[in-house]
Amino acid sequence: MREIQYREAIREAIVEEMDRDSKVFLIGEDIGVYGGAFKAYKGLLDKYGPDRVINTPISETAIIGAGIGAALTGYRPIAEIMFIDFAALAMDQIANQAAKIHFMSGGRLNVPLVIRTQGGVGRGLATQHSQSLEAWFYHIPGLKVVMPATPYDVKGLLKTAIRDNSPVMFIEHKMIYPVRGAVPEEEYTIPFGKADIKRKGEDITIFAYSNMVLKSLEAAEELEREGISCEVVDPRTLVPLDIDKVINSVKKTGRLIIVSEACRRGSVASDISARVTERVFEHLKGPVKIVAGLDTPIPYNSTLEQASIPCKSDIIKAAKELL
Amino acid sequence: MAGLSNKIMIEMLKELIEIRRFEEKAVRLYKAGEIRGYLHPCIGQEAVPVGACQAIGKKDYVISNHRGHGHCIARGADMAKMMAELFGKSTGYCKGRGGSMHIVDMGLKILGGNGIVGGGIPISVGAGLSCKMEGKGNVVACFFGDGATNNGVFHESLNMAAIFKLPVIYICENNMYAISMRSTDSVACKDVGKRSCAYGIAGYIIDGSDPVEVYNAVKKAVGHARDGRGPSLIEAKTYRFYGHHPNDPAEYRGKEEVEYYISEKDPVANFKGRLFEEKIITEKEIERIESGVDKKIKGAVTFASESPEPELDKFLEEIEQI
Repeated sequence: MREIQYREAIREAIVEEMDRDSKVFLIGEDIGVYGGAFKAYKGLLDKYGPDRVINTPISETAIIGAGIGAALTGYRPIAEIMFIDFAALAMDQIANQAAKIHFMSGGRLNVPLVIRTQGGVGRGLATQHSQSLEAWFYHIPGLKVVMPATPYDVKGLLKTAIRDNSPVMFIEHKMIYPVRGAVPEEEYTIPFGKADIKRKGEDITIFAYSNMVLKSLEAAEELEREGISCEVVDPRTLVPLDIDKVINSVKKTGRLIIVSEACRRGSVASDISARVTERVFEHLKGPVKIVAGLDTPIPYNSTLEQASIPCKSDIIKAAKELL
Repeated sequence: MAGLSNKIMIEMLKELIEIRRFEEKAVRLYKAGEIRGYLHPCIGQEAVPVGACQAIGKKDYVISNHRGHGHCIARGADMAKMMAELFGKSTGYCKGRGGSMHIVDMGLKILGGNGIVGGGIPISVGAGLSCKMEGKGNVVACFFGDGATNNGVFHESLNMAAIFKLPVIYICENNMYAISMRSTDSVACKDVGKRSCAYGIAGYIIDGSDPVEVYNAVKKAVGHARDGRGPSLIEAKTYRFYGHHPNDPAEYRGKEEVEYYISEKDPVANFKGRLFEEKIITEKEIERIESGVDKKIKGAVTFASESPEPELDKFLEEIEQI
């Protein structure tokens, strides 16, 4: 199968959906001539014109509001927040408006809005351009949260997000954009709420999402050479969450490591740990291990930056401690 | 009167009375404990929704705010379903989930009230974009108070609406107070309408106690928007006769000021007097309208109180699916 980059897979998903449905349009900062901060929209302005590739001022609140208003009135906008850190500027529109409108209208209104954004550490972008803030959105009922780790997943899930009638936080990872992976030529979508076993194993379940899937796979590879067999479960969507697939894996292995780049306090990882422990405590052969980011703002210096998030050896260490 | 037929002016009077009586009834029910949570009556401000909704068409969108009953009634919303929503009943506009601040009616193109001051202003940008993309000449009427114009969302949204020339009519109901803070203390340039200059858009400062003056300004702005010439900002100077909500005695306002507005600027009494003086309506007709409105509101209250509560099982089942 052909291999393409994560950012190319995003562009393909968007092109296919924009060609399929004239109600789909793009709105965000520097998405026109510039092609988006990570070049995922390269060439789209030429292809679709400024009416469907709407370049905006630096106005995150109005970008999301524009997305919500257009979604309420028959369109399927993809609103871009350049860095997830900037979502803080639009939080009322995301958390109090987009997330709530369907519910508080008694189900009479839908907000088919995709909020595309990206987060994570890795390019020395320092404190305000490197955060992993998925827990903010995971916490708000009414939002779906998608965090794809591979080109295949990002394409299939983005197409599903565009067709979904709820607001979707589509959170990419800045380090994955250039990563290549197998993506079929023919059309496909990936349903929400279906975890993917990225690697089969018997001894330990590793639950990881976004860039930590890639690090967990590297760790699992190395552990395999030492005779430790790890099963890597990637939920792909945090809301809805395919907890059953995680539970089934833990029932088999009896051990669970949750890997997350986000800082640990109040994290998705903590919640997954609680949910699994509650359901299959009797199957656990040891404590659930959380390998997460440190509770610190992300530093600029590369040594400090890398020390603030999990690396391959942290995952390997946790695995060995469990056995 | 500015091309408005007698029939339409009588209709406007009826709407003014409907809003006034609905709000008065809601306040009484609130104080009696029948309605819970927050309730923000627009008593004293009725002329703005009535004049504005008369000036827009059926296919145009309305974006309301926390003090939004007037917008809904002027748009023709069903007062029984509104009252049922205030009662938290399953027959309410939002099935009892939204309450007073979140009434939605897509048939009437009411995109909802809002519990966040200014929360609807950015949404108007999207509704405006959608009208522009559709190209059918529809517009958006977005209502908010003076308080909302001091929030950053106002700037981002008006700027964006202006650069994209979106068909949005921004209608500021300046009732002079954001809860307790006077707009003369909170708005640096004093008149909200002057803020239009910053966006290079048309601005109007009008007497919001006169539904015809409101109608004329909004009509002009609507024409401008339908012609593809972009948004306008209308500041309608108005006054809320009572507190921010029924439990607010509004002690931050001087007695003389309140008395002045109630005696001189009552939109309902003034418009009634005017139609009577100009022999557009007789006293008997006014009485007939009033008793009709009272009957309708009584029916709305009966409907609301007799309606079933939302089913808990159904609610739990629905959230389970998310």
